[in-house]
Amino acid sequence: MKLPFALFIGLTLGASLCQAADGDAGKGAQIYQRCLACHSLEHNRSGPRHCGLFGRPAAAVPDFTYSQALKSAGLTWNEATLDRFLENPLKAVPGTKMAYAGIKNGQERADLIAYLKQATHDPAKCPQGSSH
Amino acid sequence: MSSTTPQASTTTPARRSFLSGFGKFTLSATAVALLAGRDRLALIGSAEAKTAGNDVTILNAALAAEQEAIAAYQVGASSGLLQKPVLDLAVQFQGHHKEHATALATTVKKLGGTPVAAKAKYTFPVEKLKTQADVLGFAAELERGAVSAYLGAIPILDDRELAKVAASILGDEAMHWAVLRQALGQPPVPSAFVS
Repeated sequence: MKLPFALFIGLTLGASLCQAADGDAGKGAQIYQRCLACHSLEHNRSGPRHCGLFGRPAAAVPDFTYSQALKSAGLTWNEATLDRFLENPLKAVPGTKMAYAGIKNGQERADLIAYLKQATHDPAKCPQGSSH
Repeated sequence: MSSTTPQASTTTPARRSFLSGFGKFTLSATAVALLAGRDRLALIGSAEAKTAGNDVTILNAALAAEQEAIAAYQVGASSGLLQKPVLDLAVQFQGHHKEHATALATTVKKLGGTPVAAKAKYTFPVEKLKTQADVLGFAAELERGAVSAYLGAIPILDDRELAKVAASILGDEAMHWAVLRQALGQPPVPSAFVS
């Protein structure tokens, strides 16, 4: 049975997009190790803590000093905004202090975001009080 | 914190020798700058000033991470958990981070920027650092992250000579990471590529 070419492309592209959206938190935990010079889940480092990340407006951790650029970005962190930011932080928010080339691989970003979502909702990793 | 000593304190004599001899061949920040081809820390022309702002942001981010690493090693060295020769190693690695920080701050100034100041206080998970292995594991995490941070910074530095200096720092931090893994009894070089 032959699939029409357009249907084949559509199915392939759809599957690819679904795959990218389905991050693997286990792999994301490994990718998160790249972030550990500047970030941690529970504590501010030279970058802000990640507990409470999802649903939080950008530049909203109260005891962290952000760039004016991020304060003015009008972002709220969710899968989509994180994906865009992590791909190229300086392009997504010119002037951000997060001077990092970005994670160019979409699946790696999906894995990292899946880990962040899982970890920031884990009371063992983000105890009460660390999510503000 | 308890003062129990762990897996990491059971390093073999060969490993101890390896660790204690490691730093004898490290280069000063000045030498690193010279190795980049010329004394970049003193050479910023007007044409280069156009892109200096971007590089200042990147170097300041690296400086902030270096300052935090210095503070983290201070916590480790002061914890009472590290035994010689691991303690000496930690102090030596802290010294490297101080050299990196000095070089970065100097460069930011030369570029017309203001070096980011070290924080008055850093928050580290000290409640989780109960053994020498815990301290080494924490330091290894930071060094591993530093390698990735420099890997993420080098491609976006406009000044390629600065990128060479940053790559030289990356090499040093990768060695720190490998030595710490070795001290923890882990394969010192876990893969052919690092990202």
